[in-house]
Amino acid sequence: MTDPDMTAGMVTPGAATIAQPRQAAALNRTRSSVRLGWLVPTLYIIFLLLPIYWLINMSFKTNQEITGAFTLWPRDFTLRNYTVIFTDPSWYSGYINSIIYVVMNTVISLLVALPAAYAFSRYRFVGDKHLFFWLLTNRMAPPAVFALPFFQLYSAFGLIDTHLAVALAHCLFNVPLAVWILEGFMSGVPKEVDETAYIDGYSFPLFFVRIFMPLIASGIGVAAFFCFMFSWVELLLARTLTTTDAKPISAIMTRTVSASGLDWGVLAAAGVLTIIPGALVIYFVRNYIAKGFALGRV
Amino acid sequence: MLELRNINKQSGAEKHLSDISLRLERGTLNVLLGPTLSGKTSLMRIMAGLDRPTSGTIHVDGVDVTGVSPQKRDVAMVFQQFINYPSMTVYENIASPMRVARADRKSIDDAVQRAAALMKLTPYLDRMPLNLSGGQQQRTALARAIVKNAGLVLLDEPLANLDYKLREELRAELPRIFAESGTIFVYATTEPSEALLLGGNTATLAQGHVTQFGPTIDVFRSPVDLVTARTFADPPLNTISADKTGNTFVLESGVGIPAVDAIADGIYTIGFQPHHLSLTPSGAEAVALRTVVAALEITGSESFVHLRFVGADWIMLTPGVQDFAVGQEIEVFLDPRLLLVFDGTGRAVGQTPALAA
Repeated sequence: MTDPDMTAGMVTPGAATIAQPRQAAALNRTRSSVRLGWLVPTLYIIFLLLPIYWLINMSFKTNQEITGAFTLWPRDFTLRNYTVIFTDPSWYSGYINSIIYVVMNTVISLLVALPAAYAFSRYRFVGDKHLFFWLLTNRMAPPAVFALPFFQLYSAFGLIDTHLAVALAHCLFNVPLAVWILEGFMSGVPKEVDETAYIDGYSFPLFFVRIFMPLIASGIGVAAFFCFMFSWVELLLARTLTTTDAKPISAIMTRTVSASGLDWGVLAAAGVLTIIPGALVIYFVRNYIAKGFALGRV
Repeated sequence: MLELRNINKQSGAEKHLSDISLRLERGTLNVLLGPTLSGKTSLMRIMAGLDRPTSGTIHVDGVDVTGVSPQKRDVAMVFQQFINYPSMTVYENIASPMRVARADRKSIDDAVQRAAALMKLTPYLDRMPLNLSGGQQQRTALARAIVKNAGLVLLDEPLANLDYKLREELRAELPRIFAESGTIFVYATTEPSEALLLGGNTATLAQGHVTQFGPTIDVFRSPVDLVTARTFADPPLNTISADKTGNTFVLESGVGIPAVDAIADGIYTIGFQPHHLSLTPSGAEAVALRTVVAALEITGSESFVHLRFVGADWIMLTPGVQDFAVGQEIEVFLDPRLLLVFDGTGRAVGQTPALAA
């Protein structure tokens, strides 16, 4: 019975002598880490932001300055490049086309994925796990694999060069991703919430819209973000399936070579404008994405 | 009146409920008593219409409602977990059944305020459920069940996750609130003491069977079989096997306990509640038993003394703080009139304890 007291009494003086050098070492470490603490994040940010800075830098320069001299900031500041994009229909229509099919794709993907994810999270059926995995395997194939079949199929239906064609093609990749993300969020809602709603008298559609969707709002946000981003940056399918009427901005950017050479400044301005929507979307869903990571999805 | 006829529920190879028949009258309080996994929740889910029985039918006032969805049934249910709609305020949570039923604003407000006052939620009506304590969340769920004013109210261990004081308070309050509306009130619990406090009728469940259904006191005093007696005993029922010859139950050690009723000679299991053992003889007929103290638990006003008697482990519940050393041999007394007697198949025989409980 007295054993614990004795050992405690014996350990205490020893612990005190050991603790001192250890504390000193810890102090040293904090001091040195304070001294060098700025280095790693600074390098990190420089490497990350350098290409973006250079792009913005270029977008405000004239072509002569870009090709002529190495300047860290625009000597001859100009807004001409942006004026070209906002006044020339062949440029700004690219943005409009992109936004149209990206929004269409995001809406279709979510409309399809919400019921699918609900089924996967709430019901057990034969082969549900296999089906879930099979959905994900769709994302493992590179888009190029599907370019030819899509082109052939859409030609037959007269869908080539429409926004719908690109939106539907991107669904192949975005629906599985959205199902996967939403399933994670939905499984975090106890099944008893559904049942309480049924007992309260909610019909399924009413329950889904009025009670369930607000509960997984952050999941819907995250899924929408990923659909948006994939569709926004995807180039190959979008270019293959469009010719003129629905040509996306990324495709227009690859075709700026003219007789007078490359218009560097306009291209840089187009690049800046392409980054902005993505940055905006990320800003709005940044908290939800953190939540998505916490739930083990995304 | 809610009537269950030969309900079976099977999921895969597991049998959750087997052949359950019950008749619950309007305006009654019914307790489903059984340990975890005994089928209380399965039975309630079938009553609510959330699950379909594998076989058997459910009748409400004589009408078969077996396949009817919960939306179309006149039922309210509260789960053991605190289930609310996290995206709505407490007010909207409570109002939700009436909103769906398209009641007018005035009557919704009246009902919500009344239920909130009953559940002491009035100051929290504008809050979100997840910003409330567990007790307040469960009271929100209970208030929603009150507002629905349903003919069948199912409470599945609603107080299990609440703190002691709140539990006492609500346990007294709930039956009164629902009794006023003439509803069929069903309350599932694992605690025998809770069943006794609630009163009404009790159905004891064990491994998917309803072992007995009747007025709570009757079930407690005269269980029809050993399983029911064990289910309805906390701390656990004390049992020992005894050989009845003539007018005496002879225990393994050779001690004899006088048998009151005339039953056939043979091997029986006798059972008695922990508080039927005492340190002083309760009457002239009390039998003295020499036992060894195995462990001691003191709650303050009572002591649980774990005893070993020949091959059996018993518990004695005795008032006051008792100071026994483990291994100490003590003499305890048992009143033979309080014995429950079960035959080889576990059925209760003859003897009805006159002074039980």
